[in-house]
Amino acid sequence: MIGRDIELAVKLCGERAGMNVDPEKHYLLENRLAPVARREGFSSIEELMSAVRNRGEERLTWAVVEAMWPAETSFFRDPATFELMASDVLPKLARRAEKGPLRIWSAICGAGQEVYSLAMLLSEQTSFSTTELFASDLCERRLEKAQSGLYSQFEVQRGLSAHRLVRHFESTEEGFSLSPRIRQTVRWRRVNLIEDITRLGQFDLVVCRNLSAHLTEAARGRLFANLTGALAPGGCLVLGAGEAAPGLSCAAERPGFHFHPGAQRAAA
Amino acid sequence: MKICLVVDDSRVIRKVARRILEDLGFEVAEAGDGIEALAWCRTVTPHVILLDWNMPNMNGLEFLKVLRADAGGESPRVIFCSVENDLDRVREALAAGADEYIMKPFDGDIVASKLTMAGAL
Repeated sequence: MIGRDIELAVKLCGERAGMNVDPEKHYLLENRLAPVARREGFSSIEELMSAVRNRGEERLTWAVVEAMWPAETSFFRDPATFELMASDVLPKLARRAEKGPLRIWSAICGAGQEVYSLAMLLSEQTSFSTTELFASDLCERRLEKAQSGLYSQFEVQRGLSAHRLVRHFESTEEGFSLSPRIRQTVRWRRVNLIEDITRLGQFDLVVCRNLSAHLTEAARGRLFANLTGALAPGGCLVLGAGEAAPGLSCAAERPGFHFHPGAQRAAA
Repeated sequence: MKICLVVDDSRVIRKVARRILEDLGFEVAEAGDGIEALAWCRTVTPHVILLDWNMPNMNGLEFLKVLRADAGGESPRVIFCSVENDLDRVREALAAGADEYIMKPFDGDIVASKLTMAGAL
């Protein structure tokens, strides 16, 4: 990629989504933008970027930004986190949320593996009958893939046990298809996490792991303010093990799990 | 050091699997079919068995059924590793006592992930 195209891509990612894209990572930019160029009918990334520069088309600009948005591609990523959710955090939250449904949000859901892992977990535990699962991502294409519930043989072998594979998936000609019973428990929406998200309401559990390192400092501030604001009193924000949200406490034995102060009041 | 027995009639697959498993810290033994694997297990019980399905003499499923019926045969973690990717075959393998199932082709990440899920890593 040439210098001014890199500059433009980096600038757009920063302005639109608060991303801090390292201009030195040519391979990352090229890996992510080459498929966009192909899909949009350009013969090269250079052609794509000059169209972005000259046409000022929102759709094309977002296609570039969304392609650079970080994505995770594994079921039950960081199994210890899911074990803690199942054994400890979800039962606690469910007891607190007795009156209404337990509301859960996977904020950077990528192709759906994280929210579907949660959905499978919940379906295997009879005690959580009333949950609302909500998933969002910045990237429209990944949201479409997520909604399809269709995964390749490689994808269903990353983090997914054979027992869960046969229990929740069917093989089809295009790949492995997640059962509609699980798929239909999730509602989807494209969300830009650095914009105003108050319309989404409040959640008992918000999962947004390993995103903050990809953002500029200013965007990180907005992200954490948004995520914290989306927590119901006593709710829990799940971040990556090394991440910390200002104003929320995280116990050493539960790395990544940040509780809204309402929880302490309720426990006292 | 934990021992992993790789049972596959393809020497190439055994070699690829050996390299991955040695990197994960296993001592690797090899067998070319179910009969050889059974003889091996009756001498030294491995911690993990990476098991192909379609092999001459005794196939993986037959081997697994005999192994699980043997005294002490319930202890090794058995991970099928086969081109069979029909979910009914996966169900059949799990019902016969397999702990995990890898659909070929595989890579190091998948092997490590499946070993962890089988409680062998």
